[in-house]
Amino acid sequence: MAQLTMREALNQALKEEMTRDPNVFILGEEVGAYQGAYKITQGLLAQFGEWRVRDTPIAEEAMMMTFNFSLLALDMIVNHAAKYRYMSGGQIRCPMVMRGPSGAATQVAAQHSQGFESWYAHIPGLVVVMPSTPKDAKGLLKSAIRDDNPVIFMENEILYNLKGEVPEEEFHIPLGLGDIKRAGKDVTLVAWSRSVITSLAAAKTLADEGVEAEVVDPRTLRPLDEDIIFESVRKTGRCVVVEEGWRYAGFGSEIADRVQRECFDSLDAPVLRVTAADVPMPYAKTLEKAYLPQPERIVEAAHQVLYRS
Amino acid sequence: MREPAPHNHPHGNALTLPQAKRYKPLSDTRTESGTMDRNQALALYRQMLLIRRFEERCAQLYVEGKIGGFLHLYIGQEAVGVGAISQTRADDYLIAYYRDHGYALARGADPRLLLAELCGKFTGISRGKGGSMHFYDIPAGNFGGDGIVGGHLPLAAGIGYGIRMRGTDQVCLCFFGDGAVNEGAFHETLNVSALWDLPVVYIIENNRYGMGTSIDRASSVKDLYQRASAYGVPRREVNGMDIVAVRSALGEAIDRARKEKRPTLIEAETYRYRGHSMSDPGKYRTKEEVESMMKSDPILLFGRRLMEQERFTQADLDAIDKDVLAQMEDAVTFTEQSPDPPVESLYEDVYVRSPYIHMKAAEKDPAWRAAIREDRVPASLPPWKPAAPPPAAPAAQPAEATASAGKAK
Amino acid sequence: MTVSKVVLAKLSPTMEEGTIVKWTKKEGDAVKQGDVLAEIETDKANMEMEALGSGVLRKILVPAGGKAPIGALIGVIAESNEDIEPLIAKEGAKAGSAPKPAAAAPAAGASSPAPEPAKAAAEATAKAAPADQPASVASAAQTPPVPAAPRSVATPPAAPASASAGTGGDGGRVKASPLARSMAAHQNIDLSSVAGSGPGGRIIKRDIESWAGPRPGADAPARSAGAPASRPSAAPASRPAPPAPSITPGQELPLSNMRKTIAKRLSESMFTSPHYYVTVEIDMDAAVDLRDQIQRLEEGKVSFNDLVVKACARALTRFPLVNASWGGDKIVTHAEVNVGIAVAIPDGLITPVVRNADRKSILDIAHEVRDLATRARDKKLKPEEFTGSTFTISNLGMFDVEEFTAIINPPDSAILAVGAVRKVPVVDGETIRPGHRMKVTMSSDHRVIDGALSAQFLAEVRRLLEAPVGLLLG
Repeated sequence: MAQLTMREALNQALKEEMTRDPNVFILGEEVGAYQGAYKITQGLLAQFGEWRVRDTPIAEEAMMMTFNFSLLALDMIVNHAAKYRYMSGGQIRCPMVMRGPSGAATQVAAQHSQGFESWYAHIPGLVVVMPSTPKDAKGLLKSAIRDDNPVIFMENEILYNLKGEVPEEEFHIPLGLGDIKRAGKDVTLVAWSRSVITSLAAAKTLADEGVEAEVVDPRTLRPLDEDIIFESVRKTGRCVVVEEGWRYAGFGSEIADRVQRECFDSLDAPVLRVTAADVPMPYAKTLEKAYLPQPERIVEAAHQVLYRS
Repeated sequence: MREPAPHNHPHGNALTLPQAKRYKPLSDTRTESGTMDRNQALALYRQMLLIRRFEERCAQLYVEGKIGGFLHLYIGQEAVGVGAISQTRADDYLIAYYRDHGYALARGADPRLLLAELCGKFTGISRGKGGSMHFYDIPAGNFGGDGIVGGHLPLAAGIGYGIRMRGTDQVCLCFFGDGAVNEGAFHETLNVSALWDLPVVYIIENNRYGMGTSIDRASSVKDLYQRASAYGVPRREVNGMDIVAVRSALGEAIDRARKEKRPTLIEAETYRYRGHSMSDPGKYRTKEEVESMMKSDPILLFGRRLMEQERFTQADLDAIDKDVLAQMEDAVTFTEQSPDPPVESLYEDVYVRSPYIHMKAAEKDPAWRAAIREDRVPASLPPWKPAAPPPAAPAAQPAEATASAGKAK
Repeated sequence: MTVSKVVLAKLSPTMEEGTIVKWTKKEGDAVKQGDVLAEIETDKANMEMEALGSGVLRKILVPAGGKAPIGALIGVIAESNEDIEPLIAKEGAKAGSAPKPAAAAPAAGASSPAPEPAKAAAEATAKAAPADQPASVASAAQTPPVPAAPRSVATPPAAPASASAGTGGDGGRVKASPLARSMAAHQNIDLSSVAGSGPGGRIIKRDIESWAGPRPGADAPARSAGAPASRPSAAPASRPAPPAPSITPGQELPLSNMRKTIAKRLSESMFTSPHYYVTVEIDMDAAVDLRDQIQRLEEGKVSFNDLVVKACARALTRFPLVNASWGGDKIVTHAEVNVGIAVAIPDGLITPVVRNADRKSILDIAHEVRDLATRARDKKLKPEEFTGSTFTISNLGMFDVEEFTAIINPPDSAILAVGAVRKVPVVDGETIRPGHRMKVTMSSDHRVIDGALSAQFLAEVRRLLEAPVGLLLG
């Protein structure tokens, strides 16, 4: 196993898949000569040439740099990519990956710090992936590229430098397969992307108190590996969903809905959610911290479902 | 109710009273793709007429409640689609907006499948899931009608990009209305098309009204084709009521795309006789305006020319009309006998089944359960056989000519 | 001004019908909202019922002495010119009975608009319990009797069904987490017998896990384990006031689930098994000596109650029919001698069980009882630790109670109520000397145990306690 950052892992995935399949190409802002605004596409232009690694103008109705700017391309994603197969009665497929950083970065304020996973997960026809580790990022991106459905692949800028074990041999991780990031028996924390890291921190605090939290990472929000969540909740009887998105109509409510429906008799407490504050992201550091889910808030929620105070 | 917008469009008069410089005799119609012979001319006439009769039948079925939703009729604009598509090759692509019946027919789609789609039948070309605005016919290279104004322009550039990546000499035609040029997507698309040398011909069908808003009230520049100058894209205008002129303009543009890999923006001046859609009473224009435009009806003009210059008789044309009407009745019968989509098909065609999806989890979702690996293709039906061959066209069967002008697999 | 109905208000939590003791207004009297209209006898007390509207008391439908179900129309208040006949025609039929005609109360279900929701059944049993249950001896000892709410606010007539004032807004619904629910179903635990520790009294997993059992059979929730037998002598001159829970007089107390279970089970016991009582006085001089000696030993902490437990266990082995249960068509004698001990806990009582007490030493019993009692109060008992008793002991000695009777804890056939060891004048030959005496009263189920057997059994217990050294052997 190699120790790689998520940035390196993503770069490897792109390189490997482009080598494997000459039909794979990249369009994007600063993906070529600039080597990627976040260096994910480093070295690809030189290797594959401009027709396969294409710098685009800032023409964001069709392409974009981060998911913060994806709103301009919503028409392309929601009205076109997600629907052409259906509207054409199955004649068309749209093997596309929209990848880029999503969620809160550091002090870039409201327009550049948003989690839109709930928006995309809401759309039938899309696949939505949110990796939390370098290994997951590589394995899932490879699947996303090979898959023939439109995939929204949401990375997290804060995690780009996160290091982790990545197998050196060829591998991929199927989309829609969840993962237990930490086993435990007392309370289930469901989280994806950066929230996994936050939840693991919370789990550590809880462990010091003798509470073993299980951190379940669905990795893909659509399709959702609900079984891995249900299994955990049936074991622990308690569920806290952690997300960086807003609470109101956020993806966590989808999970809460499914858990209450499928694990009703296993629940010892209502499903709780730890989310971003229901406001646009502020700039100031203190406010930013208050906005985002912090380990302490997860611990607090765990206490609540454990009826500890 | 308000007064119709004043006619200050510079080309309004030209359309109302076609001028000589725009009006070229058929014999002058030479393009690099070859001379249009007598039988081909008749085939184009038939195509335009088929579209006209198809649309008229649609209007009727709509009123009868057999067709639902939006219905945008192409009546009056037939020369643009038929003329442009007649210059394409079988392996070329086409993508259009929601007034899309004419393109599909011109590209050789079976009117039975289209009418069935309109009536929401399972035999419809999009299996009853698209309706009027979504006539996709992928085997014919037709990427269909898009319901979002300007929404398909970036896709046309994408098709062009694909052609360039593969290094073939195919081209893509992209049709849209005058309303779309004010969308951001139009500008992004023209820019990258010029920037990356994409083989796409963009065709504005300027029927003067973006729904009820005349271009005078919507565009600061009245010559819409001039907008391409901002991106250095070759551009021209053409009388869209004249199929010969359309063919000529397209021949040149398609040639440029095929050989030089460069895009072109063509503004075809045309007119729709009906409202924007069936629910549009058309109060924004006068009856007189519509009637005066109908004097330069593309089918009327072309038919007259066929008689004047190609020695066809009115009886020949009437025979074609009769055959077209019979074909339409056949399509109606087919549609009436077609089944509605089974409810099980509701979840089909959302996703592609894939080995890269953890299907055990995904299949909890009925849309994934119903997913298949393959792409579907529209049903293929035995071609329409005219009752009697048109008397004055001994060399080629119009139906065959239609097919050769369009679909080939 | 509209017509306002006078309906029989629900004036106690368990009330289903009421008797009109008297009308304080008569037909034609002007009435203001809030005026006392009538005095109603409920299952608990006589209560005043107030007018909910103003006007003239136009009609009295159920005269004094009559009964009516809750919610029944018993009178009409309206302006003098208002036509009240349609209302009477419509509702009057449902009104209660007049006093004389057999006084058979109309069947609640048939006549009351909506008798009581789900809890009706549960409470029906509870209601049957006498108002001053002997079961609550402990509370009787600890608290002044809760006075009947002096003047309860009349229930809004429009919604008699939902106005279960005594049980709060939930109308007695048991709140439990789904997990707790399914665990309870699995273990055959009646949720209504479990006290919830979650928000709003929600029963959660840990409540089921630590469920201390509904076997509050012994009426006396004595703190038997830690029972300070250190008050063997006569009552001190100045007695401290017994601790009393902070209950505001006039309050209506919602029933805890434990309370409901106590009510239900003890009512069942009291009304299905024919109780009778046999009391003996035991000379405890030797026992006091023995206890003092043990007290001086290293690990010696033995209460009188522990001695009683051991004595009973030993006696039970000799009288298997006392260690038995009524089985409907048979009597079941038990192979094991499992002695339940009533323990008072804040919201009721539970009965942890010393298993095979006959085979355990005094010290073992003392230790085990203390442990069980502690965990009972912390609600940490496992189900098997408070189920399966074959005989129960209830001890109120620490409250200096001389003697009392207890209600049998089913499925046992007998319960022993143990009073305080008291220093009393004893006639010894021709002299009077101070001596230690303790009274115990056994309640027996006559279906299983006849009087003579009770007397023989108690004689054995007395024999064992009066020569307690024998208890140390084996």
